[in-house]
Amino acid sequence: MISPTVRPLMSDSDTAGRASADSAAVSQARRTPAAIPRLQPALMPNEAPGTATPATKVDLRNINFFYGKFQALHDITLPLYDRRVTAFIGPSGCGKSTLLRILNRIYELYPGQVATGEVYLDGINILAPGLDLNRLRAKIGMVFQKPTPFPMSIYDNIAFGIGLYEKLPKSELDDRVESAIRRAALWDEVKHKLRDSGLSLSGGQQQRLCIARAIAIEPEVLLLDEPASALDPISTQRIEELIAELKVDYCIAMVTHNMQQAARSSDYTAFLYLGELIEFDETERIFTHPRVPRTEDYITGRFG
Amino acid sequence: MELYARRRLSNWLVMGLSVAATAFGLLWLVLVLGTLLINGVGAITPSLFTQMTPPPGSSGGLLNAIAGSLAMTLIATLVGTPTGILAGTFLAEYARGSRFGEVVRFVNDILLSAPSIIIGLFVYEAMVIQIGHFSAWAGAMALAIIMIPVIVRTTEDMLRLVPSALREAAAALGAPKWKVVVMITYRAAVQGMVTGVLLAIARISGETAPLLFTALNNQFWSTDLNRPMANLPVVIFQFALSPYADWQVLAWGGALLITAAILVLNITARFVAAWSSFK
Repeated sequence: MISPTVRPLMSDSDTAGRASADSAAVSQARRTPAAIPRLQPALMPNEAPGTATPATKVDLRNINFFYGKFQALHDITLPLYDRRVTAFIGPSGCGKSTLLRILNRIYELYPGQVATGEVYLDGINILAPGLDLNRLRAKIGMVFQKPTPFPMSIYDNIAFGIGLYEKLPKSELDDRVESAIRRAALWDEVKHKLRDSGLSLSGGQQQRLCIARAIAIEPEVLLLDEPASALDPISTQRIEELIAELKVDYCIAMVTHNMQQAARSSDYTAFLYLGELIEFDETERIFTHPRVPRTEDYITGRFG
Repeated sequence: MELYARRRLSNWLVMGLSVAATAFGLLWLVLVLGTLLINGVGAITPSLFTQMTPPPGSSGGLLNAIAGSLAMTLIATLVGTPTGILAGTFLAEYARGSRFGEVVRFVNDILLSAPSIIIGLFVYEAMVIQIGHFSAWAGAMALAIIMIPVIVRTTEDMLRLVPSALREAAAALGAPKWKVVVMITYRAAVQGMVTGVLLAIARISGETAPLLFTALNNQFWSTDLNRPMANLPVVIFQFALSPYADWQVLAWGGALLITAAILVLNITARFVAAWSSFK
């Protein structure tokens, strides 16, 4: 039996790769609930003194967001923990995707969108003016709702991102591409057709390619914007297994409309409603003993 | 049942009218092409491609006019394509939603529909008068000016078709904007952009008015771009209006050549457009 912690980067054996990936996923799933320390009941778990909370990777403070004159987010304060998955849930239009898009400042592609407040990534305010956006985005990867493979080969889809930061010799680049695709649990399906177009893959494969592309540049935070909502149940399951594997190394924030997915895949859950953070807590607690009635109404399907 | 019959009748009527309108439109195309073929095929001889335009009453070909048209179209394309693509890129990628972009787009659309004779007059004023004589350079410039707004428009349209999710995905990797444009957006839009350039070449290859004011014509073989240069449209114009039968035959031959060239460009454009983005 291969140790789940060893990722066979160079092994060409399908079965070995698959087995280790699966066992890693399983061990992750088993480990998750017990590994999370209990928190004091509080909106701000990280302020609770004396409890062993995981390290805060990203710290959002008093975030407001405006689409022109419309205020989409009101005074959001929230931590994202390292090596944990935080799910943003809430009905459509509640601002959860907006919140995610603040974290890599991708909203700035569009004029008229403004965020105020502070977001600290390892203590550095990434909303500060003058920050190098490209470097920020190298540290904070993002996967979108719809798979967005670039119109180039599978190999080049991965190599494009790496090439932005490093000039590697061919053999090293090959290794990096392979390891990224392996970590996205896609290698066995594409290893014989790396030169084919990324667009030739199925939706689920395309999404894993996008995840591979995001992790190939070795970010520290992964933002997943409804990564499985456009996929069938089997592809969704594979993405969820992948999330469980990836959180060993990353701080992950995930937007989802799927309550079961939030319950299955996340360690912490933030419930947003009409641009306000209603409740933030451990996922287990949110789904078993929510403190705010509106949260309970939403997760039990009474509205939303 | 009565309602159903009425619907059937109106369906019949509208379809009949549509078919008739289509037939009416196509009829002229068929007539034009038919006349061209009947009168032009006889003129397609080896000497058409090997001899110069003759004086009236003697035999000759269109070699100097063919070469002149190719040369000026080539220069116009070399000037117009990068200018048009860069300006289209500016409009689609950098000036979205900006006031200045709106103005540029509006002005470009006016230029797009400007009569070509006005472009010819403009270049005549701006170049021919200033330099003091007609020249192939002036002809190529006039053609380039006609070409640019076409390419600006198609480039912008094609780039706008690229989903913004693709740009976001590239930007989210930390790619600087110019790299997103050159390596992602262009790649996604390349077929449409090439098609646009080909159609713009087709558009200028038959233009007569602007060349009449700029390159004029030349009875002889000339490779000097500073001198007047023969070209197919003006030769057709001159020869077709002449009373000489052998000139008229050459004019038919030239017209057929241009039509064939435009047909080839259009077919190529269709192939490029259908060519799957990735082999």
